[in-house]
Amino acid sequence: MAIDPNSKPQLSPGVRLGESSNQRVLLMPERALRLLGPSLEIVQRCDGKHTVEQIVADLQKIYSKAEPHKVESDILGYLELLQNERALDFTA
Amino acid sequence: MMASQDNPLALVCELTHRCPLHCVYCSNPHELTARASELSTETWSSVFKQAAELGVLQADLTGGEPLARTDIVELIRAARAAGLYVSLITSGLPLDEAKLDSLLAAGLDHFQLSFQGSTEPVAEEISGTKAHAQKLRVLEWLKSPRIAVTLNFVLHRHNLHQIGEMLAIAESSSATRIEFANVQYYGWGFANRELLLPTRAQLDQFLLDVKAAEEHLRGKIRVEYVVPDYYAKYPKPCMGGWGRKVMLISPSGEALPCHAAAVIPGLRFENVKEKSLREIWESSEAFDKFRGESWMQEPCKSCDRRTQDFGGCRCQALLIASDASATDPVCSLSPNRTKVDAVLAEVQNPQTAPNVEFLYRTNPS
Repeated sequence: MAIDPNSKPQLSPGVRLGESSNQRVLLMPERALRLLGPSLEIVQRCDGKHTVEQIVADLQKIYSKAEPHKVESDILGYLELLQNERALDFTA
Repeated sequence: MMASQDNPLALVCELTHRCPLHCVYCSNPHELTARASELSTETWSSVFKQAAELGVLQADLTGGEPLARTDIVELIRAARAAGLYVSLITSGLPLDEAKLDSLLAAGLDHFQLSFQGSTEPVAEEISGTKAHAQKLRVLEWLKSPRIAVTLNFVLHRHNLHQIGEMLAIAESSSATRIEFANVQYYGWGFANRELLLPTRAQLDQFLLDVKAAEEHLRGKIRVEYVVPDYYAKYPKPCMGGWGRKVMLISPSGEALPCHAAAVIPGLRFENVKEKSLREIWESSEAFDKFRGESWMQEPCKSCDRRTQDFGGCRCQALLIASDASATDPVCSLSPNRTKVDAVLAEVQNPQTAPNVEFLYRTNPS
């Protein structure tokens, strides 16, 4: 499923941030994903308020040394991964 | 003590062996723990704290039927307060809407509802209880999405053809995850094995159906399944490897590396009433017994796959090869694979299925 840049991703019910040994993790049924650097920056913005486009713009600023297109495709790839894990809901 | 032993990630908490269902493949042992021997609320609360300190992320509250514990709300609250992600693995009995709300208010993260089939007659034959209509009621109460919901369908010869209806139940619910769990043949399931094993034709159809469902539901419902290991070429990495990721606590407080480990003769299990979780994890005989590779025999010992499947399942090796250190007999490289093939050959024609009756799981005192 393609990701709409104007949609607002939000953690699905029963998916939340947690912490273990001073590391942030994304907790969900039977899974825990370690969040490091960019993945944490993305997940923290999946709050139902930021659009995908805004998340991309924010991270392009934070990682200004990286190629902007690469940042965008990495973010879309990561959001799709989370969507396939059924960790995100997208609202219009 | 094992050097650089990783911490466990999941704590499986068998809160009780009491259950309103009598499923013919129950993963509980034949010798069930009596209510009087169950751990107290305080001991469980301490176990949750110790687990979180040990690095455990997830607490799976299961049983028996975890809702049979009158302190279930307090237990959920304690596990969540300890910092754990809390899953309830339940039959949905006994539950009403007010009780469900109190479980959610206590901080439950994930509700996993088991199904024995897609219709009442099939489910009743397997569970020895009328429970299917209640499960559908529970799904109605969960309709407004407030929590992660998994539907767990346990599959075998008598319900594999219902996969389409099972998917329809999931699609009309708020479930975000569906697990197609093929029966595993230990304990009660082993006793009923010849009555439960699917045919190869059934399995082939199931695999086509489940792959289509996975594609169709992508992004909506996560579909998970495992090929039943009797039909697999290589064994499953049982529990993610013995003593590597999971610790199971029995209703009376024994710490086990897996549900069925008690069948292995000579293993001594420590109790959480006497030792800390850390001590048990890092330096107990039972957890060390099949860790690493030193216990392995050929063909595992020199096999490239030993770091992926860890030799498969120790309990299955014991049940089929009478040797808990043998290669899992479902492995195509095992000298005992012929024993598995002989069992499969017997069940291929449902018309000649053995004329025996199900052995239903009993209940503890």
